[in-house]
Amino acid sequence: MSLDVDKTIAELKEKVEGMPGAENKLTMIVFSGDLDKQIAAMIIATGAAAMGMKVVLFFTFWGTAALRAQQKKVGGKNFMGKMFGMMLPKGRNKLKLSQMHMAGMGTAMLKGLMQRKNVASMDQLYDVAAQLAVKIYVCEMSMDLMGFKKEELIDYPELEVCGVATMLGHAKESAIQFFI
Amino acid sequence: MADYTVAKTLDYKGLACPMPIVKISQVIGTVAVGDVIEVHTTDPGSLSDFPAWAKTTGQAILETKQEPGLIRIFVKRQK
Repeated sequence: MSLDVDKTIAELKEKVEGMPGAENKLTMIVFSGDLDKQIAAMIIATGAAAMGMKVVLFFTFWGTAALRAQQKKVGGKNFMGKMFGMMLPKGRNKLKLSQMHMAGMGTAMLKGLMQRKNVASMDQLYDVAAQLAVKIYVCEMSMDLMGFKKEELIDYPELEVCGVATMLGHAKESAIQFFI
Repeated sequence: MADYTVAKTLDYKGLACPMPIVKISQVIGTVAVGDVIEVHTTDPGSLSDFPAWAKTTGQAILETKQEPGLIRIFVKRQK
């Protein structure tokens, strides 16, 4: 009888641990390259980390451009890679608002407003994210499509290039999944 | 009114969301279990954010005092 109870408990334990969303974790897909959405992503990410959650960010498609380092230069790109490199923002401080960009005026005004209201800047949010061990994954295929190289990405302690399966693995375990 | 002593007072005045929560989460582990931290903030969002943070992380909010231009929140480390 007692053997049965142990067995049942072991089976239940295995079941519970394998259940989707059992972990206190947030997985967020950062698809958009718009400044406003990227700010929202970083505020949610740092907020969740402060709430004691593990946080995993998966940067894909237009979102990947936010991870480019402004100062770094890499050679050896083909024509398409060079074009994408020129057309897309070089890093988080070059992103544009999704609305009211107004040839740069709107975006500059919002940044000024954020500073006046003491809202953390993108640089500060990334610093905090690093302190709180927020993990950043970058979609390998997006980087390949746009000709981005790992060497031109920001120096961030927890940054890794991966594919969709890695993200899905985290998403399945997470209590919360977001797409931005 | 309150029968506790404040072990630490933190000045988060002027900080906006999510920084008050980020900062308290970094400090809470540095005081002893049972200690009370007094937080000064001007962010109205903190009124609902601190209780939400405390509930999720298993800490306690003992008291919240609203004064003109200042919010004082008393956080107790529970674990």
